[in-house]
Formats: sequence, C-alpha cells, structure tokens
Amino acid sequence: MKDYYLKNVATLLLDDNRCTSCGMCIEVCPRDVFKRNGKRVMIVDRDACMECGACMMNCPFSAVRVNAGVGCAYAVIKGAITGEEPNCCCSSSGKNTCC
Amino acid sequence: MDDSKSTLCSCCDERGQVESETCRKNEPVTFLFPMYKPEIHEEPQVVYKDNQQNPSIFLYDFVIDSIDTPSGRVPIVDTNLRFKDLIGSWKVRWGIGRMNYRVIPGIYGIGRPDETSPVFVTANYKMSFDRLRKALSGLNAWILVLDTEGINVWCAAGKGRFGTDEIIRQIEKTGLKKIVSHKVIIVPQLGATGVRAHEVKARTGFKVIYGPVRADDIKIFLAEGMKAKPYMRSVSFGFVDRIVLIPMELVQSLKYIAIFFVIAFALHLTGIIEITFSHIYPFIGAVIAGCVVVPAILPWLPGRAFSLKGWILGFLWAVAVIIMNGSLNRLKVTDIFAILMLLPPISAFLSLNFTGASTYTSLSGVKKEMRIAIPAIITSVVIGLITGITGFFIRQ
Ligand code: SF4
Ligand code: SF4
Repeated sequence: MKDYYLKNVATLLLDDNRCTSCGMCIEVCPRDVFKRNGKRVMIVDRDACMECGACMMNCPFSAVRVNAGVGCAYAVIKGAITGEEPNCCCSSSGKNTCC
Repeated sequence: MDDSKSTLCSCCDERGQVESETCRKNEPVTFLFPMYKPEIHEEPQVVYKDNQQNPSIFLYDFVIDSIDTPSGRVPIVDTNLRFKDLIGSWKVRWGIGRMNYRVIPGIYGIGRPDETSPVFVTANYKMSFDRLRKALSGLNAWILVLDTEGINVWCAAGKGRFGTDEIIRQIEKTGLKKIVSHKVIIVPQLGATGVRAHEVKARTGFKVIYGPVRADDIKIFLAEGMKAKPYMRSVSFGFVDRIVLIPMELVQSLKYIAIFFVIAFALHLTGIIEITFSHIYPFIGAVIAGCVVVPAILPWLPGRAFSLKGWILGFLWAVAVIIMNGSLNRLKVTDIFAILMLLPPISAFLSLNFTGASTYTSLSGVKKEMRIAIPAIITSVVIGLITGITGFFIRQ
C-alpha cells in the first residue's frame, strides 16, 4: 500500500525539452513517481513525491527540478530557530535525532 | 562522549599491530555495565600510508579473518550477528549512545572475495553495516564503507555526506581499482539522494548501480543480474517499520513528560492545588497517544496531515478522560472545555514530529502543514490554560 501525504504540494518539475527518456529517474525514485509511457518518461504520481531529490541528482541531462529537503517538522522548527535551511535532524552535534 | 581513546589500548597504537587477545585484556572497562565492552570507536589513531587500512580495523570482534590484496590486507567480517551486535541495535533504538555507533570507513571482505566479486557501498553507521553483512552471508563480496560520521545511508545522503565526493575519496583511498578488475559499485538506492551516478562514472570510471532499498533483497537482486525489481525500489512504511521507531519517539517525548512533572510537582509544593493522579494521567495519555499510538495506526487515522491525525486521537482521548474523571468527581464546564483544548494539541504536536521519521513526507508538505498546525496548537493551548485557570479560581 502506498501512503500519501498532502496533495498538490510537491515542487517536482520535468523539463520535456531536456529529457532524453533515459530512465535513470525511474530507477532512483523510491516513490514510483515516474513511469515510461511509450517512449517518453513522465511524472505520473506527483502527489507521491517526497522531495528527496534523488531524481534531480541523477538525471544526466538536468531535466528534473525539485526543491529537495527533508520532510521533518523538527528540522523545520530547528531551521527556523537557527536561521539555516531545514537539514536532517540527525545533526553532527549528535543530540537530536529523528530518523 | 570521548571514551574512544580508552577502547584502543596503547600496544596497538604504538606498534600498529593486531594482538586482539592481549589488547582486549588490557582494555579498561569504562562502561556502566561491566558485561559491556565499549565499541571500538572511529577516529583513526594511525596515519594512513598509501592504500593501507587503519590497523585498528582488525581489532573488531566481527573481523574473523583477513585477506591479502594488491592494495594491502583487508579484514574479512563475520556474516552472523552476535549478541553484542543485537544489543547494540537495541540500544540504538532506545537512543542510548546512538551517535557513537559507527565503524571505521574503508574496505571489508565477505567470504573469500576476489577481483571479480561485487562491491557494496554502505554508510559507517554500525546498523547499516550490520544489516548489509548479514544480508551477504554465503556470498563472496567486498563492502566499501563510507565515512558518514556514523549516520545511516538515508540521512547521510540527504546531507550530502553519503555522496559523490565521499565515494570517490574512498575508492581512491582503498585502492579499489587494484582490488577488483571490474568497474561496478552497488550503492543502496536510498543513497541516490546524495550521489550523482554519472559524476562518479566520469571521475573514477566506476559505474554506479543502485541496489535494492532493503538489504534483504540483495540476493535476489544479484540473481536477477543486478536488476532491482520495482518492489525493491519503493520504500515501504508498514506496521513493523513504524513500530520499531516508537521507542525513539518515546525517549524523545520523555522530556515533555519530565517538564510536566516538574511543573506539577512545583504547583503541588506551593499548596495552591493538590496534584493527584487524575491530573497527571490525562497528559501522559495524550503524550502516549501522539508518540506511540499515532505511529502504530498511522494509515488508519483519517486525514493526510499528521497533526490532524494526532489531533483526532487526542480528541478521543480527551473525551475518554472527561468520561473517566467525570465519574469520579463532578467536572465543571470550564474543566471540560480546558481538557478539550489542552489534550488534543499535545498529541497533534507529537504526531507532527513523527513526519521526520516517516518515509513519505515532503518538505513542502511539512511546511504547509506547520503553517496551519503550529498557530492552531498554540492558540488551543493558550485558550485551554486560560479557561482552566479561570475555572479554578472561580471555584475557590
Ligand atoms: S533521468 Fe532525466 S533525462 Fe533521464 S528520463 Fe529522467 S528526466 Fe529524462
Ligand atoms: S524527489 Fe524523490 S520522490 Fe520525488 S520524484 Fe524525485 S526521486 Fe521521486
């Protein structure tokens, strides 16, 4: 069973002009967001996207864009307090861990 | 915690040799429980020569043998987890000494590996490493452990610590090119967030193949010719996945319970109000609802936002409290209102925190949820406190 979080929030974008349909994004996505439809690769389940950024990192043609980050409330709070981008809460200082 | 030095006794430091038997005897036991031996800590004490392993790597008790390669001696590790390893995982789950649970980065062998054996990459978080070596039992393989500062693959990849540069650094440092004749490394798929496969290939010649999400699927993955089936690619977040996270959630929420007890005890001492069990259990119940019950029954709670799921459960608990307390002593309208305003937001806040441990929430989603949930939680608690306190003084 696939769990879904909030609808219509994922920032994932696929640039069809750059995409060569190589399929690397399908391979790395842990949430089955991309599918091959005929020849072309497309986004079929954007709401499942957890914004991990794996597709963007591994697309050899820079065709995917997504605001990657961790979906962790604790990290967002900490980021707001320290003024940094929300980072994974397993900080190297090592006290607070959420994942 | 800096007990790292005490775990490496001086004889190994000076001579850089493996005399594990003598070493262990000299090892000062600095731990609370005498039956424990502290983990051998990371932080190489010895300067690396070219492609040489940190000698203390051979001291681990999961190292059962070693093998000579063109790039120096490589430790062979046991694929059976021992009691000590299992106890270690248990401690990690409960948040005891979690951050020091790491292994020395570098290359390790499984079975009798040769230059054709596959290379698996993992983080130097001990649990990631343990899971991998267990999954590789019966195979001949190499394990390339990256320095992720003892953080697991997924979290380290999110921070870029498990990433392209670290893979390249370890490939060079271990002399992997001399150890294997092929040009393929298998990286766990959850590491993809930090790794650019095409960049690793361009800079080292090694092709990155993303392996299954779960180490247990590795044998099927190899049998299929290093092809991960779709089910191996997706992250599950089933009942068991969620249950194992509960201890950690519980440990983290202990501080909230502690704060509550301090306040309650202080109030009790001032004599303004006599704190009894019927004041305390509603709060503990709301905390447990948020950090134990919500994770356990997450998919069956209505709504998509975690805070909403937590609020609903907290509301049910508040109603239960009103019924139970109401049968003991008469509750006033202000008490009932205060309970309904105070308890649900506690559960809501704790379940909001569970977004971090879940495996499907996105940053944009969490931000959106928090924009609504946090002001609502604060408002509710403030109103609840005002009503409760007013009600208390009216009664006097
Ligand atoms: S990895 Fe990039 S180029 Fe390849 S299919 Fe996906 S979006 Fe298209
Ligand atoms: S960001 Fe992650 S979850 Fe979203 S589409 Fe890319 S790989 Fe899939």
